[in-house]
Amino acid sequence: MNLSLLILLPAITSLIILFSGKEQAKRIALGGALIQLGLTIFLLMCFWADSNLPGATQFIYEYNASWFPALQINYHVGVDGISVAMILLTAFVVFAGILMSWKVDRMQKEFFFLLTILGAGAYGFFISLDLFLMFFFLEVAVIPKFMLIGIWGSGKKIYSANKLALMLMAGSALVLIGMFGVYFLSNIGTASFDLVQISANGIPKDVQLYFFPFLFVGFGVFTALFPFHTWVPDGHSSAPTAASMFLAGISMKLGGYGCLRVATYLMPEAAEHYSWIIILLATIAIIYGAFATMMQTDLKYMNAYSSVSHCGFVLLGIGMLTPTAVTGAVLQMVSHGLMTALFFAAIGMLYERTHTREVAKLGGLLKVMPFISTVFFIAGLCSLGLPGLSGFVAEMTVFVGSWERVELLYRLATILACMSIVVTAVYILRATGKAMMGPVLNPEFNKLKDAAWNERLAGVVLIAGILAMGVMPFWLKDLVSPGALNIIEQINGVALLK
Amino acid sequence: MIDPDLILILLFLPLLSFVINGLFGRKLPGSIAGMLGSVSILISFLLSMSVAYTYFFQVGNISGVYESLVPFQMTWLRFSENFSINIGLLADPISMMMIVVVTFISLMVHIFSLGYMKGEERYATYYSFLSLFTFSMLGLVLASNIFQTYIFWELVGVSSFLLIGYYYQKPSAVAASKKAFIVTRFADLGFLIGILVLSYYSETFEFVTLTERLVPGDSEYSQAASSAGFLGISALTWGLVMIFIGGAGKSAMFPLHIWLPDAMEGPTPVSALIHAATMVVAGVYLVARLFPVFSLACPVALDVVAWTGIGSALFAALIACTQTDIKRVLAYSTMSQIGYMMFALGVSGYGGEEGLGYMAAMFHLFTHAMFKALLFLGAGVIIHYVHSNDLKDMGGLRKVLPITSITFLIGCLAIAGIPPFSGFFSKEEILLASSHSNFGIYIVALITAGLTAFYMFRLYFSIFWSKKIEVNSGHRHEGSFSMLAPLLILAVFAAISGFIPFGSFVTSDGTVLETHFHLEFSILPVSLSVAGIFFAWLLYKNTSSVPGRIADTAGTVYKVIYKKFYIDEVYEFITKKIIFQLIARPAAWFDKTIVDGMVNTAAAATQVFSLSISGFQSGKLQHYAFYFIGGAIGLALLFIYYLS
Amino acid sequence: MSPIGLNHMLILSTALFFIGVYGFLTRRNLVTLLMSIELILNSVNINFLAFNKYLYPEKLDGLFFSLFIIAIAAAEAAVAIAIIINLYRSHQSIDVEDADSLRY
Repeated sequence: MNLSLLILLPAITSLIILFSGKEQAKRIALGGALIQLGLTIFLLMCFWADSNLPGATQFIYEYNASWFPALQINYHVGVDGISVAMILLTAFVVFAGILMSWKVDRMQKEFFFLLTILGAGAYGFFISLDLFLMFFFLEVAVIPKFMLIGIWGSGKKIYSANKLALMLMAGSALVLIGMFGVYFLSNIGTASFDLVQISANGIPKDVQLYFFPFLFVGFGVFTALFPFHTWVPDGHSSAPTAASMFLAGISMKLGGYGCLRVATYLMPEAAEHYSWIIILLATIAIIYGAFATMMQTDLKYMNAYSSVSHCGFVLLGIGMLTPTAVTGAVLQMVSHGLMTALFFAAIGMLYERTHTREVAKLGGLLKVMPFISTVFFIAGLCSLGLPGLSGFVAEMTVFVGSWERVELLYRLATILACMSIVVTAVYILRATGKAMMGPVLNPEFNKLKDAAWNERLAGVVLIAGILAMGVMPFWLKDLVSPGALNIIEQINGVALLK
Repeated sequence: MIDPDLILILLFLPLLSFVINGLFGRKLPGSIAGMLGSVSILISFLLSMSVAYTYFFQVGNISGVYESLVPFQMTWLRFSENFSINIGLLADPISMMMIVVVTFISLMVHIFSLGYMKGEERYATYYSFLSLFTFSMLGLVLASNIFQTYIFWELVGVSSFLLIGYYYQKPSAVAASKKAFIVTRFADLGFLIGILVLSYYSETFEFVTLTERLVPGDSEYSQAASSAGFLGISALTWGLVMIFIGGAGKSAMFPLHIWLPDAMEGPTPVSALIHAATMVVAGVYLVARLFPVFSLACPVALDVVAWTGIGSALFAALIACTQTDIKRVLAYSTMSQIGYMMFALGVSGYGGEEGLGYMAAMFHLFTHAMFKALLFLGAGVIIHYVHSNDLKDMGGLRKVLPITSITFLIGCLAIAGIPPFSGFFSKEEILLASSHSNFGIYIVALITAGLTAFYMFRLYFSIFWSKKIEVNSGHRHEGSFSMLAPLLILAVFAAISGFIPFGSFVTSDGTVLETHFHLEFSILPVSLSVAGIFFAWLLYKNTSSVPGRIADTAGTVYKVIYKKFYIDEVYEFITKKIIFQLIARPAAWFDKTIVDGMVNTAAAATQVFSLSISGFQSGKLQHYAFYFIGGAIGLALLFIYYLS
Repeated sequence: MSPIGLNHMLILSTALFFIGVYGFLTRRNLVTLLMSIELILNSVNINFLAFNKYLYPEKLDGLFFSLFIIAIAAAEAAVAIAIIINLYRSHQSIDVEDADSLRY
């Protein structure tokens, strides 16, 4: 199974889009995304078949070619369970995003080109096993986001685009510093960017302690680490629907994946040393994000702050450093990605029809637009962690994993994180009750049409993903936990469980 | 052996009906959706009777003890080698009893709704939600793993939300459904933390293994659990109390009861099913499920259960005496009766004669389901006829609603505990159990019994006797056959189910408990009930101003009770003023102004700095020449004097 | 009076150099600016010749370099005058303060 296909396919698709006509662009993009979805499911099947064979290494389907020999940069790709889960997520969200953007009204070619490039960047990031390659793909994704928000966005889009691009680039700068530290100072002796080699040889502890904050905070900016999360509300809210779905669904996971794969995997002692800070910041993000969400009056802002809160779970799981908690963090990445994409899709549908995102101006939409309201409601239920949907699986895994740490601070953090389920219920139900239920507020709304075929398909695809994870979590959990276990096993000689 | 397939079918058939009615119900003609729902519940009911029969009379009784059997188990989400959420089926006396109760009451409600909800716009959606609820409740009672209980617990909560908010265009219904969900969610938080605590020490989520390990003996698990502590209270106590908080929320115990009266915004058959007979007893069920741990390992937690139960019982009984909305009276009555079940569990010991309270609680759960559903469905007929919930719009209805009148009377007699109706037997056992262990609780229970009889008959007399009024509008007939048949069936059960020898089937440790009829003991409670009925008869049979004058004399006391002890206002204060204003608003402000402000300041600082050094690019030749020469001289000096 | 030594020449050329630099940095008129540049170039010339005569009397390297400088100075002056003429055409002034449009 040649992993480079995952990058080549969107790259070729985007090139074809550039040379096509306006109307064709969206069809080509959709076709490409559909083939990509098929490819990722094929990857999943192959992975299931091949990963349990005897003699299988941690990363399979590896391919290593020299790219810049002088600088020891290789084109090294490979996947493990965690990567496959993230690739699946990306395929679903990109497919749904392209469907949701069917009615984009200007510069279609450029729009779909940028969206496909974003996808290519994400796929590349998830399969890279060379640090420089990872950084390369991380950067590939930033400029398209800037353009998507700045050109097709709404509200204060220039400000938000600037803020998003600059903060993400600041994060990347920190990541670069961390990477250079690892590059020059690992135990291999020679400079190397190769992930597998570095983790095999290790990094001296003092180097770790110095560079871990750079890597973790750098990637943390991507995943809304408090207090670097303020790009999320403005960025997500001003972006067009598909870009919001991608941003919240995938881009925030680039950070979480990086924290896990680079920071924690390569620097386990430092991760253990700094874990209390990570837990503190994550808990603040969860609780404070949830309370801030309660006060929002704009649906998109509400969802954006809710994303800050939910991504806090990812960081909490990573900080707790038990195999179950880390598995929970990855599950939360997948679950939140699907859920928030669905939520933004629903809000996008609402906004397109009612031209307002203010909760106070909406009311009684269940009667007028039942499909959209149901999609909104399902996304809300997933967000508050209803069993049967993916959010429950992820959150419970994080809670059970976190409870294994007995120290007072960690227990307290776990209990506070548990309390967020109540706050989440409050803001979700307030929004749903006000917008969907109740009498129809504005008589104009009665003329609105329910979802069109593309929106229905997008909603169904995402809901199918959420249900697949929520009703049958075992397949995803078994996919992800060997990878998580590998990461935790790096922490030698530190007894974490009782 | 018990066939797991039968249980799986009876469990998943309502789910299937939910999916079909939910997705396609709108396209089905007429009342097919209702028929579909009702038939699937009928099949589930018959299957549950069969399974229960197999358990109680064939396989369950192993050498004189009813054992817990687990005919089916499947790993659903494995956390680590010890911990996994399994989906399994647990067959033991209480689960078998509950599947019969749940499917039976659900069947009655489905049939009743065929007539009651006829012509509703979202008829199919209603039936799909009812099926979802039945599926969730059955899953809850059959769960063999505590996390599985939690899963179905949440699903029951969502079904309740959907059904209370069924008339979603009414703002009061929307508010009520939100309140119900949020209050129970808050309680579920306690449940979740309790699960985490208990499972940490018992290293399992399975009920059978958990109780085995935590019941004290020499097991290291229970030693660890009792010795570890926080703030002076053992971890085991914390865990059990947290789990009880979860149960108290679902069962509307004080102070988590505020959602139950508001939940009456839902359609009346829903109130009958969910908020009288099944969902609200989930808390009692949970305590009963973990009863060995409660009673043998942690009596402190059991005391909490007992006092919360009796407190809620008295509290609700007092309020019910003053309410004028028929459904609210019944809601508070439910809360009171559940309080009875709770404190019966709370005063119970374990095994043999000691376990009388447990048996009595479960017995009362069974009889209560029958007569409370009956009362609610009767209320449904009345409301359907009068088009109002308020007592002042009702009166003298015994002539126009004859069947309802008789069945309602039977229900009232049962709840008042008048022999030979079922409520008498179950209440007697409860009072007997409490008199053996805690005299204080016994006295309060007696008083509450008297109050119960009073307010129920206040209701009965005000509706069916009292003044004769011209009914303003609506149907001239009592109700269709589908609405009356369940009333009759339930009335029969409310009357005779007291004669079931419950102690032969459901007891705390599985052994048979013989119950006897104690005449001397029963005289006191029955006479109190009769006195209550008598007072109600005096005050309410004919329209009189006596009740009004009594209320005025009682003055503030009456007002406080009428206003439900102002608990709702306290909650509103806490949520609006404290949580919103003092926590949420500052958090949002802090984020927007301080944290975001720092980002914006960083950007502004960069701009200011950049503007200030842009002065170097003046465009003037001579400035550039100066920098050039100055730099060259500087470098020359550097090289000559410092770096040679 | 002591014979004129190397030092005297060097002091002269240094003085001329810095007078030229001062003129270059402060004159407003572009033409006088050019004159200062010529002064700088010529001071360098004197420097080269002085070193040539006093330190390496038998060689002629300094002489040749000076010739180069004279030629270059002439060429550079021609180009600079051309620039000044064009500048005058667009700005209507040969004040060096007015030629600042390439600023931030």
